[in-house]
Amino acid sequence: MATTPNKPATGKQKQQGFVYLPLIAGWLIPGAGHFLLRKWIRGTLIAVSIIAMFAIGLGMQGKLYTSAQDILDMLGVAGDLGNGLLYFLGRAAGWGGQPVQTTVADYGKIFIVVAGLLNIIAAVDAHNLRTGRKS
Amino acid sequence: MHPSHFAAVLLFALFASTVFGITMRDTPPKMFRYGAYCFVLFVGSVIVFSWVMFLIAR
Repeated sequence: MATTPNKPATGKQKQQGFVYLPLIAGWLIPGAGHFLLRKWIRGTLIAVSIIAMFAIGLGMQGKLYTSAQDILDMLGVAGDLGNGLLYFLGRAAGWGGQPVQTTVADYGKIFIVVAGLLNIIAAVDAHNLRTGRKS
Repeated sequence: MHPSHFAAVLLFALFASTVFGITMRDTPPKMFRYGAYCFVLFVGSVIVFSWVMFLIAR
């Protein structure tokens, strides 16, 4: 009985290396996961969108969550953490307004949280591109 | 920075739609279409609910 030798799948060769690198890079720096995969336009659009959203949120005197006193604060911290290095930079530099005093500041807080959540979606997308789950 | 509420909605919808379009579809034409669809839904739903709240508050 003839047997055929196992050929290495070409898709497997793309899997070599640290597959979580685009995920981690994309989380730390918005768009970096796509840049690593040479998706320059996608990465640029993602970086501009998320950094602009974060900056506009700060400009509107939105606060950065610093501690979790209750469940809503925990969710806020989780959302803010999605911004990666932007969040840690903001914490270190003391960016962000005081607890919300105006309606616009409340919107700013939401902008910052949503920028973090969008960044997580973008980082997962970069991971899916890396693993071949998405083209 | 004090944008009007509607300007804030437009900015939010623009950035969120851009990321949604890129991450939820595979090809650039589909990404563009889905991003535009999300943008219209964001802004359209805000206008509709604003009118609903206006009519309820009267």
